[in-house]
Amino acid sequence: MGVKVGVLALQGDVSEHIDAFFAALSRRGCGSTATVTEVRSSQDLAGCAALAIPGGESTTISRLIEKNQLHEPIRNFPGGIFATCAGMVLVASRVDDPRIRPLGLVGMAVDRNAFGRQRESFEADIPVDGLPGQPFHAVFIRAPVATAIDDNVRVLARVEQGIVAVECGKHMALAFHPELGRDTRLHERFLQACGI
Amino acid sequence: MKLEELRFGTELLKRGFASMQKGGVIMDVVNAEQAVIAEKAGAVAVMSLERVPSDIRKMGGVARMADPEKVIEIIDAVSIPVMGKVRIGHFVEAQVLEVLGVDMIDESEVLTPADEQYHIDKKQFKVPFVCGARDLGEALRRINEGAAMIRTKGEAGTGNVVEAVRHMRAIMGQIRTIKGMDAQERIDYAREIEAPAELVAECAERGRLPVVNFSAGGIATPCDAAMMMQLGADGVFVGSGIFKSSEPEKMAKAIVDAVNHFNDATVITRVSRGLGDAMPGLDVHTLKEDEVFQYRGR
Repeated sequence: MGVKVGVLALQGDVSEHIDAFFAALSRRGCGSTATVTEVRSSQDLAGCAALAIPGGESTTISRLIEKNQLHEPIRNFPGGIFATCAGMVLVASRVDDPRIRPLGLVGMAVDRNAFGRQRESFEADIPVDGLPGQPFHAVFIRAPVATAIDDNVRVLARVEQGIVAVECGKHMALAFHPELGRDTRLHERFLQACGI
Repeated sequence: MKLEELRFGTELLKRGFASMQKGGVIMDVVNAEQAVIAEKAGAVAVMSLERVPSDIRKMGGVARMADPEKVIEIIDAVSIPVMGKVRIGHFVEAQVLEVLGVDMIDESEVLTPADEQYHIDKKQFKVPFVCGARDLGEALRRINEGAAMIRTKGEAGTGNVVEAVRHMRAIMGQIRTIKGMDAQERIDYAREIEAPAELVAECAERGRLPVVNFSAGGIATPCDAAMMMQLGADGVFVGSGIFKSSEPEKMAKAIVDAVNHFNDATVITRVSRGLGDAMPGLDVHTLKEDEVFQYRGR
């Protein structure tokens, strides 16, 4: 049986993540055997080698993680986690909003909506540490930033407002949305770190 | 990263914002207190307005954009996105909402149209728009004008889901139809439904609208919301259905849970129990022609 990648499917841009992972898995040569599956319960999580936590509304997704009793199963998930935007807020250890119960998988403090409202959302080419080739075309939508990181967290990219991409062990957390574009270099790098 | 290298208000940012709402419930609210209830219940966004649609029906007269004071009150009360409604064609109301910082504008038939010929030229704005549609042609005309999200019109303020079902089935059915057509037939069909041929071709190839497609207009219960999701909606708007029910907090949470588990009848059953009274309903067939909101704009 091929490798299985899960996408947390409680709310947000789930189908975009599924498509992007399929593309990245194909480029890594396991497209024909790998599966990408929606995760709604702890049973769905079983057998996944990696998990994506998508963009969406972090307060909503946090509430649904609790409601669906997924907090501990995700905390104890042995595979790597690929988190974008709302996902980055959720995997952090400290969040500036008491309504969110962070998963504490990446030792960092995160501010939600750090750039402002939708009118302040932007696209920009940003250099990502260790990513060969062109700068990464990043799409920031009501994006968060990390304001502080623990020693075991590696910064991959930062902008004026703060840190926007980090790696921590097998986990990768991004303030922007690579799943909305065609560039799968970050997905591929994550898969490689997970041994996929 | 220099400021001049950043790009704001692009098509990708607008459609991307809409994608982040998927699987979510967007709730109508008329003040800060309701906005906080909606946010706590798990709404992905709130729609700020002066009156919910069922009250607009009762009041009659001309329904307009909400007072900016009210929009600001709601923006300040929550951290989730705030949307606002403007009259069809009223581009200055849209300019005002953009200045206020709303995250998405609903060019809505629930308000009294300001222009019976043209919709707003939505590509002129940095803020994304959502527009109502009854069928594929209408949806694609709105997308062609720059809408980043489509919602069924349904029949707002009735608590009657029948029109939302009709519109969702129409859009989904038409997409299935064009999938089976060849290139020439698609061009012919595009002419027939008065939609741009390129957008018809794009829908046929992708098997869905090029933007997120929500359902709205008459959703009053968790079962209504889950049915719209099973019919293919990416998410739902609930207007009068929450704050005109007898227990808004419970209803709001139940609808969020029903949308989250829309394929699981056991969960829908559980969350539907003991919710109190849903909003009072209205038979769409008893409305006079000028009381039917969905005929506004085409």
